[in-house]
Amino acid sequence: MKPRISVISGPVVVADNMAGAKMYDVVRVGKEKLLGEIIQLDHNKAIIQVYEETTGLAPGEPVENTGMPLSVELGPGMLKGIYDGVARPLSELASQSGNFIARGIQANSIDHEKKWDFKPVVKSGDEVKEGDILGTIQETTLIEHRILVPEGVSGKVSGIKAGKFTVKENICKVGKDSVQMSQKWSVRRPRKYEIKHKPSVPLVTGRRIFDTFFPIVKGGTAAIPGPFGAGKTVTQQDLAKWCDAEIIVYIGCGERGNEMTEVLTEFPELTDPNTGKPLIERTIMIANTSNMPVAAREASIYTGITIAEYFRDQGYNVALMADSTSRWAEAMREISSRLEEMPGEEGYPAYLASRLAQFYERAGLVTTLNGNQGSVSVIGAVSPPGGDFSEPVTQNTLRVTKVFWALDAPLAYRRHFPAINWLTSYSLYSDILDEYYDKNVSKNFNTLRRKAMQLLQKEAELQEIVQLVGPDALPEDEKAVIYITKSLREDYLQQNSFHEVDAYCSMSKQNAILELILWTYDQTLLAIKDGIKVSQISALPVNEKIARVKYDKDAEKEIDNIRKEFESAVSKLEGSL
Amino acid sequence: MIKEYTSVVEVKGPLMIVDNVSDVAYGELVRIKTASNEDRTGQVLEVQENRAIVQLFEGTSGIDTQITKVKFIGETMKIGVSGSMLGRVFSGGGIPIDGQSKIVAEKRIDINGAAINPERRINPADFIQTGITTIDLMNTLVRGQKLPIFSGSGLPHNQLAAQIARQAKVLDDSSNFAVVFAAMGITNEEAIFFREELQKTGSMENAVMFLNLANDPTIERIITPRLALTTAEYLAFEKDMQVLVILTDMTNYCEALREISAARSEVPGRRGYPGYMYTDLSTIYERAGKIQGKTGSVTQIPILTMPDDDITHPIADLTGYITEGQFVLSRDLHRKGIYAPVDVLPSLSRLMKGGIGKGKTREDHKEVSDQVYASYAKGRELRDLVAVIGEESLDDLDKMYLKFAQGFEDLLVKQGYDEDRSIKKSLGIAWALLRDLPRAELKRISLTNIEKYLKTDVHTDAVGHDVMVGPSTAGSSADLDSNLGKFVKKRK
Repeated sequence: MKPRISVISGPVVVADNMAGAKMYDVVRVGKEKLLGEIIQLDHNKAIIQVYEETTGLAPGEPVENTGMPLSVELGPGMLKGIYDGVARPLSELASQSGNFIARGIQANSIDHEKKWDFKPVVKSGDEVKEGDILGTIQETTLIEHRILVPEGVSGKVSGIKAGKFTVKENICKVGKDSVQMSQKWSVRRPRKYEIKHKPSVPLVTGRRIFDTFFPIVKGGTAAIPGPFGAGKTVTQQDLAKWCDAEIIVYIGCGERGNEMTEVLTEFPELTDPNTGKPLIERTIMIANTSNMPVAAREASIYTGITIAEYFRDQGYNVALMADSTSRWAEAMREISSRLEEMPGEEGYPAYLASRLAQFYERAGLVTTLNGNQGSVSVIGAVSPPGGDFSEPVTQNTLRVTKVFWALDAPLAYRRHFPAINWLTSYSLYSDILDEYYDKNVSKNFNTLRRKAMQLLQKEAELQEIVQLVGPDALPEDEKAVIYITKSLREDYLQQNSFHEVDAYCSMSKQNAILELILWTYDQTLLAIKDGIKVSQISALPVNEKIARVKYDKDAEKEIDNIRKEFESAVSKLEGSL
Repeated sequence: MIKEYTSVVEVKGPLMIVDNVSDVAYGELVRIKTASNEDRTGQVLEVQENRAIVQLFEGTSGIDTQITKVKFIGETMKIGVSGSMLGRVFSGGGIPIDGQSKIVAEKRIDINGAAINPERRINPADFIQTGITTIDLMNTLVRGQKLPIFSGSGLPHNQLAAQIARQAKVLDDSSNFAVVFAAMGITNEEAIFFREELQKTGSMENAVMFLNLANDPTIERIITPRLALTTAEYLAFEKDMQVLVILTDMTNYCEALREISAARSEVPGRRGYPGYMYTDLSTIYERAGKIQGKTGSVTQIPILTMPDDDITHPIADLTGYITEGQFVLSRDLHRKGIYAPVDVLPSLSRLMKGGIGKGKTREDHKEVSDQVYASYAKGRELRDLVAVIGEESLDDLDKMYLKFAQGFEDLLVKQGYDEDRSIKKSLGIAWALLRDLPRAELKRISLTNIEKYLKTDVHTDAVGHDVMVGPSTAGSSADLDSNLGKFVKKRK
């Protein structure tokens, strides 16, 4: 008896006569050979999730087991690429099926024809083991692709030479095995590494609210939950643009098609502030939009992180953005309910928490098998229904991530962007980074950022009083807090992603502006003692200059002028008393 | 030869189970003849070995388990499309109901469509001028965007949608414009309103209407938007038209979805709506956009009434997560007699920044919009404060913000149902309002633009001043629009 379809319900198909099939084997379903994966076995029946639209399938159609788990082909040619959830290049899909995505298309994730210029770094006769670097390829002007010894291969290198090769041609022999530049890896299995370390270097994002108050580290994890319209996607895109990782993997998981197009159009035109090269050269995109098959959406997260790990193993710092993990969780829920599994909270499967944890645990700073250091940082957007953070996906994510950037609708309504609520957000890396900031930014920076946060906390308390008695009832020193926190909020925390200068703010500029604002606070307190009113200081024209210093290319110079102007304005006020 | 079955074994809600079938495909179309010889259509929702679960679009009344005949057509649901559909009215199931002849199809297309390959999309960036300031200035609509109206019962969402359909203009005048209108469960009165509005301006000849009214079969609502969007895609990508699709009311669509889910005893998600509603809605909303190599576009304006004005209700919530922004209507503004009552604070257009700025609208557009947003938000906050502590305890600056918020609503938001404001005029109103705030407060606007526009420069002031007087001079601004006027041509 040949394997055949017996039941079809949306993306879930049941096949009979599947004896010998293993869990998570990839199968080809029906006459059109749709891509599917076994997710449950029951005697000789297999339950399959199909990565393509199942309309038109009928019971009795054949099912073919490939006997292989869902894998992605890794090798040179991935950068600048855009893939669907199961790592088929969208450009290849377009050339086979046109503007709309058809079914049953088979496509290699990397080009098998293109010749790459391979330069060996080992010689024939050298002893190598799994994960060692055999040679390099200049894949883009920005990134050197390092060819690694595949899994389970070790021994003496023979016949290695420089030259032009396709990814399928043998570049050398290791022991008895012929080695090519491409290798397959099962996406659900984390790639191997030597040791995981405690991260200690920030992933500098160029966004003031993150770097100063809620920093993330290279190899760390962060969650950005927020209601729609609060700016999750803009924040993710900003991070993809400006963070100082060497490789970016951007997963559009069940999100809007036009947004992915935006990234595709915008990135080639933007340049990396650290290298001056086009940002697209370090970027890999996975786009499984909301109307693309739901099972492929479930797989897209794994495809993305496997690619990220592959570059980590080459010794790079990789940042992965997943937008949005809620859509991934919903895909799990949809499949789970088709399987008639007992639902957990809000209909999500009981294994939601463990799947989320497994995914985020694939982040980290590691020593790779070849002894280099590499890292994967994961930043996951969460889309809680109704913006309610108590729902299962947000809660289970917060249990495993170390940074929480809480997006806030009221801030977004005010066009305070990034709309990160500074009172509810947190970063568990904040203290770890003290040492780094001390050494690399300024001795003062840690004191400044703590002081600024205390003032913002204080403001929140004062605002409650203001709500009851009005702002006039506050004593002058508290009015000074209100005055300075307004400046902190509007002139420091707010950042314009679309402004030519303000889009990226270096650490030293962050330090300089923060120093200036807190210096004005101290000056204001001194002035109050001399009998000047806060309202007089807040009416000074120099405030406008403070507000605009973030737009200034040469901020540090301007800041000196501002200080002088502020001092002389205050002493004029004192004189008139 | 298509086999006919009489083996219906179970009927419940909108579903029917047929036994002893063979070669039935998932998703295929089903034709049914009831005991009283009525024709119905359905679709296969699930197939097992020799049993099929079928959903009936026109309901299951009159279906029995003895006589009812069932045929599986062997193909998925398709619609015959043609350019001659323009000017015609169809039922929610795609049958002509305007008393005219049948459509001779140029092509038959699967109504479920296929996902547009994101790599083949073009980022939408063509400014659409709707003549409504809260949209053009604050939440710009661009060609190929999906931007819903979140409304509540009793709010003028229909008027707003009709005004957009009537006034929408694009920068180049060479393309043909079409409106595809899909009604799901709206009243006959509302349908007549839209028809008359389209006829009034002569746009009916460029419109296609699909009407599933409140007393039409509920489950038919599942296919109505898909018929409309398939037609729209055909007109846009094969007939090179700029198509505006209005879908109303998505709330009724979601309720039909819930009905089927309940009948299948599926595990419900929030408020009884199925867990796959996000995915289902995305297969509707994502069918908007522009494609490389095609001149046409599909722009969507779905309308939904939020139950109890609750924006966190699953229908509004999931829609907001898929669409590229939203216009939220406000009952407060409506009560104050302000039309169009768009509450700009929760409203948003995600694609705005691509469609505005130098060469498209004006270089100060983004900054002015951001500034007006921030200032109005501040004014609104203060209003709440005033309610507690009284206006006297505010300082002068706060009082200015209060006045700004008032002026914003009275002059910028409020406009006539027939008033068609140019973007320049809208910007003029905004500058006129901003002039009343201290210059130092205009932190969102660059010094260059402040220099250029804040000073009472005669030209802008004239526009701003016009508006202060009232809508009587509304038409006169057209000649002032030297920039835009040469591009903009009114739709026929």
